[in-house]
Amino acid sequence: MHAMGWVQLAVFTLVLLAITKPIGLYLLRVLDPEGHTYLDPVLKPVERLAYALIGSERIKEQDWKGYAASALVLSLLGAVFTYVLLRLQQFLPLNPQHFGALSPDLSFNTASSFTTNTNWQNYGGESTMSYLSQMLALTFHNFISAAMGISIAAALVRGIARQKTKLLGNFWVDLTRVCLYLLLPICVVLALFLVSQGVIQNFSHYKTAHIVEPYTASKTGALAQKRIRTQSIAMGPVASQEAIKELGTNGGGFMNANSAHPYENPTPLSNFIEMLALCAIGSGLTYWLGRIVGNQRHGWSIWSAMLILFLAGTMACWWAESRGNPRLTSLGVSSYQGNMEGKEARFGVFDSALFATITTDTSCGAVNSMHDSYLPLGGLVPLFNMHMGCVVFGGVGSGLYGILIFVILAIFLAGLMIGRTPEYLGKKLESYDIMTAVLAILFPSVVLLGLTALASVSQWGLAALGNSGPHGLSEILYAFTSTVNNNGSAFAGLNGNSAPYNTALGLAMLVGRYFIIIPVLALAGNLAQKKAVPVSSGSMPVAGGTFILLVIGTVLIVGALTFFPVVSLGPVVEHFLMVNSTRLF
Amino acid sequence: MAGKAHSLFDRSILVPAIRESFTKLNPVHLARNPVIFVTLVGALVTTVELVFAPFRGQPVRFPLQIALWLWFTVVFANFAEAMAEGRGKAQADTLRKARTLTTANLLDSGGATKTVTAESLRKDNVVLVRAGEVIPADGEVISGAATVDESAITGESAPVIRESGGDRSAVTGGTRVLSDEITVRVTANPGESFMDHMISLVEGAKRQKTPNEIALTILLASLTILFIIVVSTLKPFGLYSHARFSITVLAALLVCLIPTTIGGLLSAIGIAGIDRLVQHNVLAMSGRAVEAAGDVDVLLLDKTGTITLGNRQAVEFVPALGVTVEELADAAQLASLADETPEGRSIVVLAKQFGIRERELGEFQKAEFIAFTAKTRMSGVDINGNRYRKGAADAVCEFVGGSLPQKVEECVREIAQKGATPLVVAYNDKVLGAIHLKDIVKGGLQDRFERFRAMGIRTVMITGDNRLTAQAIAREAGVDDFLAEAKPEDKLALIRREQAVGHLVAMTGDGTNDAPALAQADVGVAMNTGTQAAKEAGNMVDLDSNPTKLIEVVEIGKQLLMTRGALTTFSVANDVSKFFAIIPAMLVSTFPVIGPLNIMRLSTPHSAILSAVIFNALIIVALIPLALKGIKFRPLGAAQILRRNLLIYGLGGLVVPFIGIKLIDMIIRAVGLA
Repeated sequence: MHAMGWVQLAVFTLVLLAITKPIGLYLLRVLDPEGHTYLDPVLKPVERLAYALIGSERIKEQDWKGYAASALVLSLLGAVFTYVLLRLQQFLPLNPQHFGALSPDLSFNTASSFTTNTNWQNYGGESTMSYLSQMLALTFHNFISAAMGISIAAALVRGIARQKTKLLGNFWVDLTRVCLYLLLPICVVLALFLVSQGVIQNFSHYKTAHIVEPYTASKTGALAQKRIRTQSIAMGPVASQEAIKELGTNGGGFMNANSAHPYENPTPLSNFIEMLALCAIGSGLTYWLGRIVGNQRHGWSIWSAMLILFLAGTMACWWAESRGNPRLTSLGVSSYQGNMEGKEARFGVFDSALFATITTDTSCGAVNSMHDSYLPLGGLVPLFNMHMGCVVFGGVGSGLYGILIFVILAIFLAGLMIGRTPEYLGKKLESYDIMTAVLAILFPSVVLLGLTALASVSQWGLAALGNSGPHGLSEILYAFTSTVNNNGSAFAGLNGNSAPYNTALGLAMLVGRYFIIIPVLALAGNLAQKKAVPVSSGSMPVAGGTFILLVIGTVLIVGALTFFPVVSLGPVVEHFLMVNSTRLF
Repeated sequence: MAGKAHSLFDRSILVPAIRESFTKLNPVHLARNPVIFVTLVGALVTTVELVFAPFRGQPVRFPLQIALWLWFTVVFANFAEAMAEGRGKAQADTLRKARTLTTANLLDSGGATKTVTAESLRKDNVVLVRAGEVIPADGEVISGAATVDESAITGESAPVIRESGGDRSAVTGGTRVLSDEITVRVTANPGESFMDHMISLVEGAKRQKTPNEIALTILLASLTILFIIVVSTLKPFGLYSHARFSITVLAALLVCLIPTTIGGLLSAIGIAGIDRLVQHNVLAMSGRAVEAAGDVDVLLLDKTGTITLGNRQAVEFVPALGVTVEELADAAQLASLADETPEGRSIVVLAKQFGIRERELGEFQKAEFIAFTAKTRMSGVDINGNRYRKGAADAVCEFVGGSLPQKVEECVREIAQKGATPLVVAYNDKVLGAIHLKDIVKGGLQDRFERFRAMGIRTVMITGDNRLTAQAIAREAGVDDFLAEAKPEDKLALIRREQAVGHLVAMTGDGTNDAPALAQADVGVAMNTGTQAAKEAGNMVDLDSNPTKLIEVVEIGKQLLMTRGALTTFSVANDVSKFFAIIPAMLVSTFPVIGPLNIMRLSTPHSAILSAVIFNALIIVALIPLALKGIKFRPLGAAQILRRNLLIYGLGGLVVPFIGIKLIDMIIRAVGLA
């Protein structure tokens, strides 16, 4: 763990802290239908046009059912649209490489994936998707799914803040305003910045390069013994997709190698900004929460709980990776650089560990290194982050509503101890609230464990594995963890492009998204109807050290501890095998 | 009598409770409690495994012990509930002893009496109760007055007067008339009286789950489902890893992970809370009311009786210019002779100190006494055409047909500002001076109100006095707010106003005109001496009729919720150590390298699992006293209480089982059980 790493970690934390309030203040304008922004002169007409298309009937404030129905309808339409587009790819324009249609199960998987902000990719982008598919079928979801997450979070927070009403705001208005005023302008700036760093943005045919050292491919089949002299370099409109991929915590790379690819993430600076973009909105939303509920210390306390979990994860992953692989060390390989397998030389151990932590703290899933190649404990950190539910800054919106579910459970568990019916910001927590909150945790956990168990003992599940033993179990567990939590990062090593996996992972993503969104909105609707009890010195403290520890404790015990047994059989056993035995997998 | 706290190890409770623990194994009964029901299923499954073990050639020692301890876990949970119920029953039995009477004198419309059994009485029957007889049912005195011995329910040996009309008309079934006779209209059908409610509540028979208990049960049930999935998916994960997990071990893991501690103690905590109220001589109509008491954040306290001693007393005569104190005292005494109120008597008593001889009403042949009325707000006497009056300043002012002398007026204002009540004395059209009537604030209240403030509870004093008086007393007593010149309907309006902004309000009351407010309040404690209407409107009755008791009621409500929260937190935090005890033990035979994960250094895998299961069972028993007594209540702010309890029960819940499991493991190894 070198000094440069500490410096970078400190700089990253400080910059994140610095942008939190400005983003929060800007969100205050964006998420208020009457709010004004500097972009009004340009975008207001577009916003009006959008409302005209949606219909003035549909932009009135909605109750939770209306809000949920709108979100579900839009998701369904979006998923069907993507599915159809992918199935018809070969007949559509902007396909210079003449890629064929995707299989039904891969199309289902991909449509689920992008609709749910997961961006799990059972395909290599540059070898499967036409430019049209990338831009129309996928990038459109990158905006919509991100805006949907933020809208749901906004509805929940309104439910907490409002009193004696059924109304939570209007989904279409929130969605439109988030896309127009928040995501679009920042993405334009971000994309331009990325281009300045060397990220490509074109519609060219793939380039063919002559490689310096031709070699003979030793693969079996048609390519056997073929002398390889050239390499096809993928092109495309990468920067525009890259920007929303990070900002909207989508994570679906244009290229298969994702942010490890030099055309997606060329420099340490682009790496830094991409990581910042991942956390930016999730971090800003905590400030916005504080403003809306009228308790800024509460917002900062939640931010602090997130920060502590973030720092702990980063340091654990960095520590594990920088020690190097003991098996290699014992063969005389220097451990000075740490475990560099699967990592880009231009990033090194620290930037890779930091990226891996952030991309799983949030529900982004972009990667700049191969998580599969991490040492067992290093790879445990991303897994653990996702087991917590991707609530550390989290997916845009989903991180906030995810951690608020934990906050509500924490307050209910410990709040009784102050001798009052537990109340969150003055709202009494009753059976209905607890039921919706636990459903939002129960459904995903049950599906995650159930599908992982199913895959780990079925033929189709095992056939996809790149490794056997505990590492194989980690690969299956990682896949379902990543999809249920709508993260989308891959452990790799697992070939998920088979009909059973495409279907199972697709379902996992849908459950992980909508079986949380629906209870969350029901909770919001119920909280909104309540009368708030005035805050006094007898009220449950929702800020300060005790509260922060309480939230962290609940996230760890209720969220992550559930997965202790299966994790023990995966990365933990693997770690001890690596350290204490000579077995290989 | 009520109010007796039973020792934890009272044999008369302990023995039946142990018997009950086994009869409660009935699955229909256990289905009410999802956590314990799953434990029961675990016990059954391990027993079945145990039965088959010899046929498979497997050793039985380990599965036998696991099965036994899982059964113990269920029995211990039952025992906790049975103990709480037993203590409740003991209270109920003492209450019930008062109900052993059999007959009543039923009055028919013609006025004839007929002897019937008390059980046959219905609402609106009219009964005659003579001296020496027991009042057969709850009711209201409709004629007559009698002294009644209510010690059966209050434990207070001094007899009380019950009379028709006014605020002392309610009588309770089971109390005994000592003198005179009264006619009572029955107000409750058999089985619906206050005491019946109380008996069924403390016995736990008809206990409904309170809203908060329901919410907690949902959470506990969800955690149970989650852990069922966690444990059942371990089987396939084991298959993948070539690790064989026996059903016995999986059942043991499941029972250790689900929150059995709080699941086993939950109902005991609720029953014990109601029981604690009874020990304070307060009867609650529902568990819900007790919970609401914990949530209350505004206390409405009647000034008279709650904050001040019942009566104001004359402490000083302030004569007008040119009038001697003796003259004033003499006139004041004459004007107060007919005033039978405690205030009036205190004036007579004070006058004696100025050498005014005691006079009898009979001395005055031609005297015409004018009694105090709410309208005139004066009392006095006319003797030989001379009129003596004493009363409220403005009333006397009107009486003398002018204004008060400046000195008297100043004096009146001064007295009022001190929070006292000024009365003015007049002789014909001459104002003689003022009397200083003082409220005596009860001792120790300021501290108590200070503690309430720390807990975020606001105290509001209600009084019929004017603003100035009210303000001064409020300041002296240390209440946060006051409502002066309050009429009964103002009380109701105040409660509505507070509730509209989200406050939960508690109050005490006794009169019929308090009934609407008692009904509106979230916690309405009616005085046992109060009217039947008041008792029906409230959701608690204080048998001691001590309005200050409201404060204890709130504390007991808070203590109930705190105990529930503390044990829940403890129970959930326990899981961490159980994971670290059982999971390494399950894996170590397949993956010996995992040894270091056994951070407690438990001796063998079997011993580790057994230790966790034994700890899990014993902790229920160990916490029964805490569940029954309630955790220590401290009047602190929420933040301090949270920090404190989180440290004790959260951190304690993390650490204690590590130590406990390790100790049990050492004993198991020493004894050679596994």
